[in-house]
Amino acid sequence: MMACLLEAPLRISVLSEVTATSRHYVDRLFDPDPQNVLQGVIDMKNAVIGNNRQKANLIVLGAVPRLLYLLQQSSSSLELRTECAVVLGSLAMGTENNIKSLVDCHIIPALLQGLLCSDLIFIEACLRCLRTVFISPVTPVQLLYTDPTVIPHLMSLLSRSQHTQEYITQIFAHCCKTPEHQTVLFNHGAIQNIAPLLISPSFKVRMQALKCFSVLAYENAQVSMTLVNVLVDGEQLSQVFVRMMQRDKPIEMQLTAAKCLTYMCRAGAIRTDDNCIVLKTLPCLVRMCSKERLLEERVEGAETLAYLMEPDIELQRIASVTDHLVSMLADYFKYPSSVSAITDIKRLDHDLKHAHELRQAAFKLYASLGSNDEDIRKKITETENMMDRIVSGLSESSIKVRLAAVRCLHSLSRSVQQLRTSFHDHAVWKPLMKLLQNAPDEVLVMASSTLCNLLLEFSPSKEPILESGVIELLCSLTQSDSPALRVNGIWALMNMAFQADQKVKVEIVRALGTEQLFRLLSDPDTNVLMKTLGLLRNLLSTRPHIDQVMSSHGKQIMQAVTLILEGEHSIEVKEQTLCILANIADGNTAKELIMTNDDMLQKIKYYMGHSNVKLQLAATFCISNLIWNEEDGSQERQDKLRDMGFVDILHKLTQASDPNLCDRAKTAMQHTPWWIEALMLWTPFGES
Amino acid sequence: MASQPSDPNKTTPKSQQLFSCDLALSEQEKELNQRLRSLYPAVNEQETPLPRSWSPKDKFSYIGLSQNNLRVHYKGHGKTPKDAASVRATHPIPAACGVYYFEVKIISKGRDGYMGIGLSAQGVNMNRLPGWDKHSYGYHGDDGHSFCSSGTGQPYGPTFTTGDVIGCCVNLINNTCFYTKNGHSLGIAFTDLPPNLYPTVGLQTPGEVVDANFGQHPFVFDIEDYMREWRTKIQAQIDRFPIGEREGEWQAMIQKMVASYLVHHSYCATAEAFAKSTDQAVHEELASIKNRQKIQKLVLSGRMGEAIETTQQLYPSLLERNPDLLFMLKVRQFIEMVNGTDSEVRCLGGRSPKSQDSYPGSPRLFNSPVHKASSSQTYQTSTYYIHKFFFLPAWVKKTLPEGYYKKRDKTTQVSITVSFVLKLIGTPVLTQLSTGPKKYRFLVPIPSHCTAQNNTEVEMEVDHFSNGVSESSSNGFLNGSSTHGIDLEELDSAQSKRQLCGGSQAAIERMIQFGRELQSMSENLRRERGKNSANKKMLKDAFSLLAYSDPWSSPVGYQLDSIQREPVCSTLNSAILETHNLPKQPPLALAVGQAAQCLSLMARTGSGSCAFASVDDYLH
Repeated sequence: MMACLLEAPLRISVLSEVTATSRHYVDRLFDPDPQNVLQGVIDMKNAVIGNNRQKANLIVLGAVPRLLYLLQQSSSSLELRTECAVVLGSLAMGTENNIKSLVDCHIIPALLQGLLCSDLIFIEACLRCLRTVFISPVTPVQLLYTDPTVIPHLMSLLSRSQHTQEYITQIFAHCCKTPEHQTVLFNHGAIQNIAPLLISPSFKVRMQALKCFSVLAYENAQVSMTLVNVLVDGEQLSQVFVRMMQRDKPIEMQLTAAKCLTYMCRAGAIRTDDNCIVLKTLPCLVRMCSKERLLEERVEGAETLAYLMEPDIELQRIASVTDHLVSMLADYFKYPSSVSAITDIKRLDHDLKHAHELRQAAFKLYASLGSNDEDIRKKITETENMMDRIVSGLSESSIKVRLAAVRCLHSLSRSVQQLRTSFHDHAVWKPLMKLLQNAPDEVLVMASSTLCNLLLEFSPSKEPILESGVIELLCSLTQSDSPALRVNGIWALMNMAFQADQKVKVEIVRALGTEQLFRLLSDPDTNVLMKTLGLLRNLLSTRPHIDQVMSSHGKQIMQAVTLILEGEHSIEVKEQTLCILANIADGNTAKELIMTNDDMLQKIKYYMGHSNVKLQLAATFCISNLIWNEEDGSQERQDKLRDMGFVDILHKLTQASDPNLCDRAKTAMQHTPWWIEALMLWTPFGES
Repeated sequence: MASQPSDPNKTTPKSQQLFSCDLALSEQEKELNQRLRSLYPAVNEQETPLPRSWSPKDKFSYIGLSQNNLRVHYKGHGKTPKDAASVRATHPIPAACGVYYFEVKIISKGRDGYMGIGLSAQGVNMNRLPGWDKHSYGYHGDDGHSFCSSGTGQPYGPTFTTGDVIGCCVNLINNTCFYTKNGHSLGIAFTDLPPNLYPTVGLQTPGEVVDANFGQHPFVFDIEDYMREWRTKIQAQIDRFPIGEREGEWQAMIQKMVASYLVHHSYCATAEAFAKSTDQAVHEELASIKNRQKIQKLVLSGRMGEAIETTQQLYPSLLERNPDLLFMLKVRQFIEMVNGTDSEVRCLGGRSPKSQDSYPGSPRLFNSPVHKASSSQTYQTSTYYIHKFFFLPAWVKKTLPEGYYKKRDKTTQVSITVSFVLKLIGTPVLTQLSTGPKKYRFLVPIPSHCTAQNNTEVEMEVDHFSNGVSESSSNGFLNGSSTHGIDLEELDSAQSKRQLCGGSQAAIERMIQFGRELQSMSENLRRERGKNSANKKMLKDAFSLLAYSDPWSSPVGYQLDSIQREPVCSTLNSAILETHNLPKQPPLALAVGQAAQCLSLMARTGSGSCAFASVDDYLH
């Protein structure tokens, strides 16, 4: 009711502008004589072509439901039904509002129903209209998948004509947005049905078929694995794509074919050292980044290239020397150029629109280029104003640019040299810290990961970051719901605690709180657990620190250690835990916490005899610390341990096949002269 | 052990191994020729030979050559940069390559790997690495820098060393150069390059050895793909060339050209229909066109006797005034007699007249399908008309003021001129004819077709509705496509039962007698008009046919090919037209000739875009 009341005045005002002729067209649709109706529709068709105002008028006057009614009536002649579909298609060509009105009138099910007719001309008219509706951003893609019979029927229509091929592939290419969509299309034979269209005589069909494959293969191993085995006219599909990347082909085709091969490669269907990737796809994508290409093409080219080489150092190395890519990308930051602002308003508008996209694409590509190779990172940081650009990128308004900039920074932060030089010179930690204050999770993950590297012991940025009150921030990250953020938070703390002052360590423990520390020790994410143990280990280093931490938190830590050693954990986790124990054993007062805990000693004994050398080593290290004879009370400890049977075990370990373990055991024995005597006594037995 | 690659016969094979080595050499030579031809079709090697090896004469003494002058090694002391040494290729890079490419494989980096790969002009000091001097350009392996006529390098690419393959590509259209490493393009290294540069390598320390590949082997880098891009660019430039302000004029000019072409070759029905639909006047009477058509048909079907008779009837004084022409026709008649196709022997012979008549009714021009039989033949026949109709391109010269040819910065202007010519003779005519294939192709049998096709499209937004599903593109420029099949058929049947004069004894006697008449006619001609070597050769070649038991497969057997009727036919046609004060050749053919000439002018003046603007590309 309310809606009606509100709408009424608007309607009247629009209606008042509607010309009498528009009304006349609609009136004729209701003529009792079918021949007059047909003529009316044809006249309407001629009237609306290219006339957006007329289109809007007719929609307001309610032509759409009547046209749909005529289109669906089986009593209508085929000619009339076809003309109705053509007019509807024409209306759909107008503004986005037109499309909305058409979709609201349920045009999609009506047209899909029309596809069941046997007449090809009518089917083509319906498909054409459907195509126009579906490629509009305002149409919900899901409408294509509501009725499960639609996709198989569309597949069967692919053989009917070049037009059905073009429209259907175009619909698929636009409506395949999720893995579920990919699976539906795949299960209905999209690959077998569309592959032959790649060699269609019609360019439009070839192009749309190619686009279908690019959306089908994206991050989809099943589709990609199937694609490599498909033959088109006796030729492998990858070779068909390679031909489509030839330099005389239209850019759109080259770019889309390169995307297909990129996705197939990333999905593991094509090796990264395959010639079609190394010698064809990669150079093609680099060409797409060149100044000659349109801004949109350069964005897509750079993003696809970044994605292609992300996991492969060899591709990164090749790309870094191909066609001056690194300096070519510097041009991405020059929009809008100072020239465009003065000379041409239209150009300025265009440049402004693409400026963010260009910048984020360039950052992404730099990030990918520099993710492994030190020389490439150096080359990137030496590119004109690169660090300044990253710094200003970190505080841009566009979230996409910020994310890409921090990704780039993260990639470069893997370089020890850059951390020591350019990162410090440009004080990148400042904008990074600012970014961490308030950002969406994906930005936070990257930013905190970068921070981890900036907090490494040798990084000159470590000090100023510490002073900026980063500890609280990192501690709050460890409470995040996102495992990645928890890892980064604790990881950064771990790095920070490495060889840190007593003051910093105390601050970390205080800020984190033992409760949170122990919560992290039972974190479901192994990475979090590992880094937390790492933090503990770093906190428990150098004797005074060990004793201090253990005196205040000893009980809980011993509890946690017990818990982990008893639980179901990986070798790495247990090893790390035993290392913590070894550090505790190194303390003056702290070692008593172990010596007085027989249960713990039994555990150490158990791990000394474990089948895994790493665990044996860590446990032996622990014992070695306990029997160290330069400290008070070493004699008592040695006696106790001998009584518990550690001598036998150590002796056995001196015979171990692992040289490290053997050495460690021998060193331990040297601290106990009388143990050596025992050893000498026993040796003949061991040898006999 | 430097053997001469150009003359493998000089080395006397002493053992089997040596002999097979020679075989391999000629195999390589063949591959090289083939690759160079396909990479640089626009290069005329008579005028501008391509580099094929390093020059043993154009090198510093510290350079040693081996392996057919393809391998370069350093044999100096290599102590200081003063010991650097270079070698140039045998020839400079011709501009008509458009895009030129060669590769160098590093066999050994030697002591320090101070190797330079690049380009230099004739006369640049060879006691240096490429790039250090004026008109010298190089990319150096030790530091990856590029040297542009300077002793200090610029950071350019990665370093290179043993096992790497370095390519150097010269773009003669925009005068730039880029390098490749192991098949990957490294980006532009030099711009504003001067013309006539030689491929050059330089070495500086002992042990350095490199191998060149000027096309002997497949390249690591996909240079064809790069060339494809530039071909497309040039052709797009031609297609987009502006066609003057008054569009109607342009249209009218094209229509005139098409009409005159049709009239010239006596497609009278087509010409008439075309003139009518384009509202033009035909400058020759219809009856006259028909007469010429009749004579041409006779010549092209090998019925020379009738053709001469008809000509004498219709144009009484023509042959009397042109005794050389008459002689040429008679010689052709003699050949047709040997062939068994001439009317005089045909009535005596055993072959059915029907099969002999079936030579396609229309003369084939520039690119009729038969011409494509073999590549060497294509070259000859396709240039035949161009050379024959070639008319000194005075207007081309007029548009280019003196000194134009030497000014490199103005060469773009030349290329624009050619693109204009190409546009004039190529694209629009093709478009004209191919947009309405049904309109013109079948005009000869059914002229009424012409007007029926003008359907007006109301729908504009409905982008595909009016067209059918499968639209086969037209391949028709000439009326030739449908006659092709028939022609082959005739050839087959003729080959299966070809006999001298059709196998009839009476016909052979008539032919011998005709030969004697021809001999005496030749003698008379010589007496009256003096020696004529062309005539003499013509007659000698024709008579030579009788020296072989199977004239068709003899070295002079080409004369019997029906293609040889075409020059005769067009000479006769031109002679007739001249008596009517009509042009000897149609403006269209003239324009084709001018365009071709203009392209070779561009090649000579160093404008590389001529490589990708072949006239032939526009004539199919």
